[in-house]
Amino acid sequence: MTDIEWVARSVDYGSVKVPFMEEVTDHPLKPVIVTMMDGRSGIKRGALRSTSTGSSTGTPTPIHTPFQVPNPLTDPLLNHSSLDGSDPLTQFAREDLDPLSKMAADEWDYSSNAAAVGKKSKDTMDELVQPWLARRTAILNKYTTSEKLSIVTSFLPGGEKVIVKVQPSGTLVDKVRTRLEQLDDFEEGSVRQMMDLSQQEYTVRIEQLNNELVQAWHSDQRVKALKIAIQCAKLLVDTSVITFYPSKFVLITDILDTFGKLVYERLKRKAEYYKPGSKVPTSLPDNFTPDIVTEVAKEICRNWFYKIASIRELVPRLYVEMAIIKSYRFLTTSEFSTALLRITRMIRGIGNPLIAVYARCYLCRVGLALNQSSDFEFAKENFYDFLAVYGQLFSQSLSYDLNGQSISLHTYLSLYTPALDWIMEVMATTASENLLDEILSRSKQQANSGLLLNSILATFKPAYIAARSMEFVNLIAGCEDDGFPQYLLYRSLGECLVEEAPPKNDCRPVLNTVWQYVLGLKDPAKFMHCSEIWIQFTVIHFSMHELNLFLGEVISHLSPNRAFEHYYSQLQTIVEKIVAHTQDFESLLTMENFLPLIDLFHKESIKVEVCKTVIEGFSTQSGPITDPIIISALMFISRIMHDSVSALTVDDEKRQIGNLICGLVQRVDYGRDFEKQLSFYAEARAAFPNLDSVHIQLVQCVNRLSVDTRKIVRGHHTRRTSAFVRACAAFCFITIPSLTLVHTRLQLYLLSGQVALLNQCLGQADACFKAALSLVPEMPKTIDIDGRQKSSEPYLVSYLSNFLSTLLVVPDSPEHGVLYLMRGLLNAVQRCFEQNATTKFYLYLRVLDLLSTVTQETYPYHVDKVDSNDKLYGSDKKFIGEVNKICSKVLEEILNHLKYLGSTDQLDKQSALAFELFDRIITRADLQDSALATIAVNLWNLSHRHGSIDPKLSIPTIHYITRRSHQPHFADILRKIKK
Amino acid sequence: MSINVDIRLKRASKIYHEGEIVAGLIILQTNSDIKHDGIFLTMEGSVNLQLSSKNVGIFEAFYNSVKPIQLVQYTLDVAPLGKIPSGRIEIPFELPLKPRGSKSLYQTYHGVFVNVQYLIRCDIKRSFLAKDVSKSLEFIVEDKPNPKVEKEQNKIVLFKIMPESLQNARDRANLPSFLISGRLDSLYCNLSEPLTGEVIIEKCEATIKSIELQLVRVETCGCAEGYSRDATEIQNIQIGEGNVCTGIGIPIYMIFPRLFTCPTLSTSNFKVEFEVNLIIVFADDYLVTENFPIVLNRH
Repeated sequence: MTDIEWVARSVDYGSVKVPFMEEVTDHPLKPVIVTMMDGRSGIKRGALRSTSTGSSTGTPTPIHTPFQVPNPLTDPLLNHSSLDGSDPLTQFAREDLDPLSKMAADEWDYSSNAAAVGKKSKDTMDELVQPWLARRTAILNKYTTSEKLSIVTSFLPGGEKVIVKVQPSGTLVDKVRTRLEQLDDFEEGSVRQMMDLSQQEYTVRIEQLNNELVQAWHSDQRVKALKIAIQCAKLLVDTSVITFYPSKFVLITDILDTFGKLVYERLKRKAEYYKPGSKVPTSLPDNFTPDIVTEVAKEICRNWFYKIASIRELVPRLYVEMAIIKSYRFLTTSEFSTALLRITRMIRGIGNPLIAVYARCYLCRVGLALNQSSDFEFAKENFYDFLAVYGQLFSQSLSYDLNGQSISLHTYLSLYTPALDWIMEVMATTASENLLDEILSRSKQQANSGLLLNSILATFKPAYIAARSMEFVNLIAGCEDDGFPQYLLYRSLGECLVEEAPPKNDCRPVLNTVWQYVLGLKDPAKFMHCSEIWIQFTVIHFSMHELNLFLGEVISHLSPNRAFEHYYSQLQTIVEKIVAHTQDFESLLTMENFLPLIDLFHKESIKVEVCKTVIEGFSTQSGPITDPIIISALMFISRIMHDSVSALTVDDEKRQIGNLICGLVQRVDYGRDFEKQLSFYAEARAAFPNLDSVHIQLVQCVNRLSVDTRKIVRGHHTRRTSAFVRACAAFCFITIPSLTLVHTRLQLYLLSGQVALLNQCLGQADACFKAALSLVPEMPKTIDIDGRQKSSEPYLVSYLSNFLSTLLVVPDSPEHGVLYLMRGLLNAVQRCFEQNATTKFYLYLRVLDLLSTVTQETYPYHVDKVDSNDKLYGSDKKFIGEVNKICSKVLEEILNHLKYLGSTDQLDKQSALAFELFDRIITRADLQDSALATIAVNLWNLSHRHGSIDPKLSIPTIHYITRRSHQPHFADILRKIKK
Repeated sequence: MSINVDIRLKRASKIYHEGEIVAGLIILQTNSDIKHDGIFLTMEGSVNLQLSSKNVGIFEAFYNSVKPIQLVQYTLDVAPLGKIPSGRIEIPFELPLKPRGSKSLYQTYHGVFVNVQYLIRCDIKRSFLAKDVSKSLEFIVEDKPNPKVEKEQNKIVLFKIMPESLQNARDRANLPSFLISGRLDSLYCNLSEPLTGEVIIEKCEATIKSIELQLVRVETCGCAEGYSRDATEIQNIQIGEGNVCTGIGIPIYMIFPRLFTCPTLSTSNFKVEFEVNLIIVFADDYLVTENFPIVLNRH
């Protein structure tokens, strides 16, 4: 077989019919692409519609809409309901809640079962109750302590025994009395006091108590449950570790909420009634009225309230009643408002203002959860009652106590904030503007109104405050030295004004006053606390000039003693806010104090974060960047980001930074000054040596620049432009080797070579192609695609095919022999594929394709102004002979491989390859040569020997030959293969 | 061979008034047939008096316990001698609540020395070899609301407590100066409604630890040897905790516990009266008490 010689057939490309092509409107992959509307719904669009059973574990029962025809493009996997496009995790998430959180929600969500009295009230409640859950965590995080806590309880194991003193009340043992007292006193001797608990331990204990309560309740020990609730409420009387009090309140009211809910739910179950004519008990509708509640349920309910009314101590009595206040619904409709007002008054009996205010807070919480449509009178009453005792907070005796615990007045006052905020918020969201005015004026009358002002600022609608901004500024200015720090007030005011703009005319005077104050703050902590917010205000309402001044102040305040080191997070927010609100980045970057501000960050990681923020903000805008000052500022910032990249940086971080810098590089535009543009790219290359992605971007940019140049001169390069494009090609050629990934290098070499060729830089193009070919053997066997290892062979085949197509138009260099690059490629293929890799032979088939085209008189495509080999050799016989020689060698290789496949019993592969080769010979080779014709017939027979060829392929092939059978050699072949 | 007897009343609250019919069910549950000598249902109401050992000696207290006064007492035959089939049997009953003779019914009251109690008892007599089975259930008797009760007595009572007003202060000179004013909305209280009022600490030199309301019963029993009068605490409710802010009205609010209170009673044999003490406890555990006798009623 070795003596078969390839003779290429000449093709007249003018007469080659292009097969009829239909214009495609849809992407072929589209039906496979699933559009996910939402992670939860998993509804799909498109032709395929299979209903999901909704559960990943359910039986897959796909239901197809009748019009659906088997679509070869649909992935069979998609018909499986559990694979309907959403990943399994999403599906779990779709089953609205996992069982645990569902249980938790059942148990703890105080408001969920609240009946809707009116839609409006429900809305107000929703928007108010939700914040409590949010606040809850905030309070727990804010009010912490390192001091030791203690719990007195009889329901937890461990701890030391405490002897409870029972006041002897006469010589006679009074059985009835003890029975009564069982409610608020616990069995003697079992009370244990746990000392020296850390905060975490304390929280765990409280959680245990909670579980204990639920358990006791469910095991029908309701009195025990009540006792636990009472004991818990009792813990709220203890203010020994006062800084922890708000958190303690949160923890304990959680238990009380649970208790209240348990009582309510049980009563509701007890109150199941028989509808007329029905034998099955119906549960109460959500909006039930007391008259349909059964007598039994009412009696139980009454019993609860009697029991609670006899709790001896005030604080537990009030808390437990508040916890179950919702159950008044079973008795009367009118009880709520009277009960709320009554408890409001009774809280006056709590002497400690802190305990009292938290009790009021809880009252407002349960009052709100009752969902009474509009009656929030009690909130106002609570607030006024608080005002009545407000003076106590600043009394002599109290400050004496605080000194004893070594707590500053400010810390003490800040303990009030959560409770007061909540009360205020309930009022603020429900009350009319008139009422707010009234509250404001009543608060003003109080001496030391700082604390009140703070809560007003925190809770009233920002619009309300913004409208009176000057008034508030004056009020705050008047709050000097009254325990509550002024700077916090200014900050709160700032927060409101940032959210809602004050009247235009007020902006300047407001800022001036605040400015004066802020400048005077010597303590950098306070200064930063205020500036953080007020800088936002300045950014929003004032020009860059004011911002610049402000930033200058920030820098000068923080510079002494390296104070800035402690305020990185605040500085970071400042930068974030500035970036978020600035429209005009140009003036921001050219501003005198902005870059120095960034310089304040001396800690690498934060500085990089800040730089990222700036660049990200900048990237949201589009349009070219032309100003050299801005460019250099951006380069400065980018370099900071870049310099943070090290060997230890995670890939994601690298990608993020790379993307940001690439975005910038793309936008830098010097207009027609191409040389400057190129030198910028060179500069960028020098500045960002660690990021491959930036280098790739640079190579692409330079190639584009080169192509743009060509466009401008319309292909006729002058001396200057051709020197420039050569410089571009050189840039690419020396940039590419620094990249790490082989396949990107390959890709870029090819691209750069093509661009060089386009610009008639033949030497440069040759160099690129050569470099690419010498790189091919280095291609790793596997490449990483989306985190999965895949064989690199398919990639390489497609790359080399592309390469081959390019080679057609590359003219031979006079220094090297005929088809020098082609030979190089064959060598490379030889080296980089394994001996018997089938893909290698498919690649050879393509080589055959190319080589047969090379022999044509004119090539199907050319590069403008570049003479390809067809012009150079003019179909010289010697040249064609040379090419055919290569073809023969390749053919021989393929035939050998066919033999090898036959000998190793890989018959399927063998027939497929044989058929492909048959195709090539039929279309490319000159069949007048009888040796080739025989080979063709043999190949046909070989491919059909095992019957594994799809008739869909072979029938058109026969058609093709039949159409050509007016030529005798085709007819001959046709006759032979039809035998 | 076990038998379960249970009595259920139709009214969940178990509260009945004089002249009403007490209706309910006797529920018998056995797992085998049981012979019996008759089933009887008894309604019983009595006042039990006990002498306090404080007034008379221990032995007298033990022996001379005054004979209980029967208020209601009658028995019905539910079933004559026969057999109870196995399974669950419900026997409905209706018993009129009528006093015996010319007596009147007192309200249910559980005290220390005086107890007024009403029971329904179901007895199943058995042959001498087996034990009798009995089950009793207490129900509550309340007076009908009586709207006629003197309205004009609903007067607000104002009070003022200061060192000078104290009756048994030993050493007036050492007393801290204080002024506590307040009011009770009425001394004639309705049992179903809370005791209400207000107390204001006008001024106080010492630190207050607690303000409490103490409900006290005063029971008087008469007998041949004389009579005993005892005051005991029913409940103690704290209304002020810690050092209460001055000048602010703290509500007095106390719900009367059921069973342990009844309308103020005065009969030839015994008396039940009630008092309320307002107690202010100072930080040094000294306390100041103001006593208010109250009249309870149901109106």
